Amino acid sequence: MNLDELYQEVILDHYKRPRGAGLREPYEGESHQVNPTCGDEITLRVHVDGDKVADVSYENVGCSISKASASVMYELVNGSTVDDALARLAEFTALMNSKGQAEGDEETLEDAVAFAGVSKYPMRVKCALLGWMAFKDALVRAEASIPGRTDA
Amino acid sequence: MEAVTKLDVDAVRADFPILRRRIGDRQIAYLDSAATSQKPVQVVEAMRRFTEHSNANISRSVHTLGAEATEAYEGARARVAAFIGAPSADEVVFTKNSTEAINLLAYAFQNATLDPHADPRFRLAPGDEIVVTEMEHHANLIPWQQLALRTGATLKWIGITDHGRLDLEAIPEVITERTKIVSFTHVANLLGTVNPTSQITARAREVGALVGLDASQSVPHLPVNVAGLGVDFIAFTGHKMLGPTGIGVLWAKADLLDAMPPFLTGGSMIKTVTMEKTTFADAPAKFEAGTPPIAEAVGLAAAVDYLDGLGMENVRAHEKELAGYMLEKLETVDGLTIIGPRVPIGRSATVSFTFEGVHPHDVGQVLDSEAIAVRVGHHCAKPTCDRFGVNATTRASAYVYNTHEEIDRLVEALGKVRKVFG
Ligand SMILES: Cc1ncc(COP(=O)(O)O)c(C=O)c1O
Repeated sequence: MNLDELYQEVILDHYKRPRGAGLREPYEGESHQVNPTCGDEITLRVHVDGDKVADVSYENVGCSISKASASVMYELVNGSTVDDALARLAEFTALMNSKGQAEGDEETLEDAVAFAGVSKYPMRVKCALLGWMAFKDALVRAEASIPGRTDA
Repeated sequence: MEAVTKLDVDAVRADFPILRRRIGDRQIAYLDSAATSQKPVQVVEAMRRFTEHSNANISRSVHTLGAEATEAYEGARARVAAFIGAPSADEVVFTKNSTEAINLLAYAFQNATLDPHADPRFRLAPGDEIVVTEMEHHANLIPWQQLALRTGATLKWIGITDHGRLDLEAIPEVITERTKIVSFTHVANLLGTVNPTSQITARAREVGALVGLDASQSVPHLPVNVAGLGVDFIAFTGHKMLGPTGIGVLWAKADLLDAMPPFLTGGSMIKTVTMEKTTFADAPAKFEAGTPPIAEAVGLAAAVDYLDGLGMENVRAHEKELAGYMLEKLETVDGLTIIGPRVPIGRSATVSFTFEGVHPHDVGQVLDSEAIAVRVGHHCAKPTCDRFGVNATTRASAYVYNTHEEIDRLVEALGKVRKVFG
């Protein structure tokens, strides 16, 4: 097995210096996700302003893959429109389910393409998706709490 | 005391083809037997021979194959009974695994509680107490916790000291006149602690409580004799003792099996049936509804033969030696903290540890790149993790086929972990 392929520089960098970490106010939606097989956890908050993801804040414990993934996600979705964030979520989930067959589009996924190698390791895909699952769930809750957007 | 004969580890290893497997360009070092052991060719061969030669359902047919299958299945029961020193083969109930064995017992209490005519030893009422320990595998915690919730009984537990031992001083306080059942682990799967049983059984006797032992991590590794232990029930699982998955054992004293209501009901566990009511078969059949794991029982008997051939005293001595070596070597690794007893006394060759600043998932991944198989995570013992303030650990566990050299490889590879995440 090629360790470098899994633990890319970008991943180790985000792991050691996570972007956007910490829980912040205000927020409309919060989600707590755990990976029951390893005990990794994340609490993540989403603040939506109009059609924008105005802030994503989080606190997590976990392995390098899950922590780096949350940090990369923060960079991708923070400040983007809700629609763009959902598109990135779909793209990243597809990449993780590709079993090593996809490379990911660097134009849209940026640093997150470094996780392409993770998709070959079925035991680690859940780690990489934990933060994204929390984001998806928190966003649903945020949209539900905003008047006029209860269709979300 | 030194064992008279010793394990010939090279000869043992030759019986396990999987140990010759290469991961990448390195031979596997399998240090995850506490999760599941590997199986020797003798076990695989016994199951193959049975399946190719004698396969049939048991106790249902008069034809030759049916008779052979019944004999093989009941022969396996007798073999297992002899292995654990049970006075009668009828005290051995085959289940799917330890988890099912413990649930069978917990549901005996629950079903008895619903039946006013059931044996009072199994009937629970609010105020009655169920006692476990803080170092249980979830399999010996959740069934009791849920039983307590459903019956109004109180779940209590014996805590763990900082050294990873049971807090035996708390016994008189935790086990009281209200205690109906004490169920505790013989060898802890995360900490590697081998628990002394006599103080707990003595106190339980004093207050008239029944005693169950989760022997999942002891029967594979130590001589276990149920008569000597003085407990009422033990549970263990085939796949951790060189046998196949899909088979486990509940041993219980005959009079208790008689008193216990069945868990699963259906075919093969009855005496008579009408549309309105059923009378149940005697134990062990009463607890073995449906077609049992027949080939698996044959495999388990072969595993027991294999272990007996090695000699359980030799198995214990080999693992004690490896436990000492593993503890000594791991202590030399910078930033590594052992969770559990740090001396090889009252301890199995299962060692959990944390590695400063590196998550166990990452440790396990780097070790895998060196073809070293360990387990990472909470090991189905969340409360134990909480007790030591960790989310997860890395756990290396040794068995009959492991060598000093494999432990050296583990320690060396931990240096590589440091390099990747340093
Ligand atoms: C102490 C202990 N109890 C119970 C079990 C459950 O065994 P099984 O999963 O085979 O039911 C295990 C193993 O996972 C264990 O280590």
